[in-house]
Amino acid sequence: MPIERHEGGNILVTSAEWLVNEAIARSLWPMTFGLACCAIEMMAAGAGRYDIARFGSEVFRPTPRQADCMIVAGTVTMKMASRVKLLYEQMAEPKFVISMGSCSNCGGPYWQHGYHVLKGVDRIIPVDVYIPGCPPRPEALLEGMELLRDIIRGKKPRRGAAARTA
Amino acid sequence: MDFESLARHIRAALPEAVLEEHAEALSPWLLVRRESLPELALLLRDDPALAFNELMCLSGVHAPSAEGDRLWSVIHLFSQAHRHKLGLKVVLEAADPRCPSVARVWPTADWHEREAYDMVGIVYEGHPDLRRILCPDDWEGHPLRKDYAAPASYNGMPLD
Repeated sequence: MPIERHEGGNILVTSAEWLVNEAIARSLWPMTFGLACCAIEMMAAGAGRYDIARFGSEVFRPTPRQADCMIVAGTVTMKMASRVKLLYEQMAEPKFVISMGSCSNCGGPYWQHGYHVLKGVDRIIPVDVYIPGCPPRPEALLEGMELLRDIIRGKKPRRGAAARTA
Repeated sequence: MDFESLARHIRAALPEAVLEEHAEALSPWLLVRRESLPELALLLRDDPALAFNELMCLSGVHAPSAEGDRLWSVIHLFSQAHRHKLGLKVVLEAADPRCPSVARVWPTADWHEREAYDMVGIVYEGHPDLRRILCPDDWEGHPLRKDYAAPASYNGMPLD
């Protein structure tokens, strides 16, 4: 138990690291940012039925400077890719990336003949969590964000490029 | 007005403009001489008997065949007053892909012509702002050409 009650008083004691990580994990603010049909599912996750607010992520920020988490929801075209990279670079640390759906995971249906599609957003920015699906259901997005919370809390390691840049 | 009457009416007004009539098609169309298109467009829009006030779509097609490496600029028109439709086709050589713009006659054509330019490379002369509309401005080539080869990378991002 990271929180302990101080002897004989109404005082709780914990480590600063735990407190900060818990605060980040419980208020992951995503960026208002949708690229294709996955964004529809992301919006559904934000609406009443799935209610992403239950996990503290309902505050979709319209500026990268206030966002903690970039959900790449949809097809990353070559035209958009440089903008995605710029937006990622404008986000303040600590920052996390969720790649939502087949297109941003690996190019999806545009894998072979998509002359205009980046074959995976992890070619330009480090990704923490990949959510499979075309598009993934809102539950899958919520599960992906739960996985990201485990990474933030240190229960799971950051991997790949995301670990190297952290 | 049915297609035969339309064709007769247009031929009477502009004998030079129409090269072929294709009534057999599902959507009957006229093959138009490139140089006559601006004049024909104004006639089609402004003649009260024709009154084609709506441009439904304008498409670019790359259609290489034994006859040559050809591009088509295809226009579909509709008259809300008379409820009749007409297709127009201009056939261009890929080596000389210039086509008169109709964007000043039907403003709808503005973005459609930009798309046809972007995708198959038809150069619309007289267009108010002929830039790419879908691909980035610094994209090379026209992706819907049959002989288009996808680039290996774009701005340092791999595309394999």
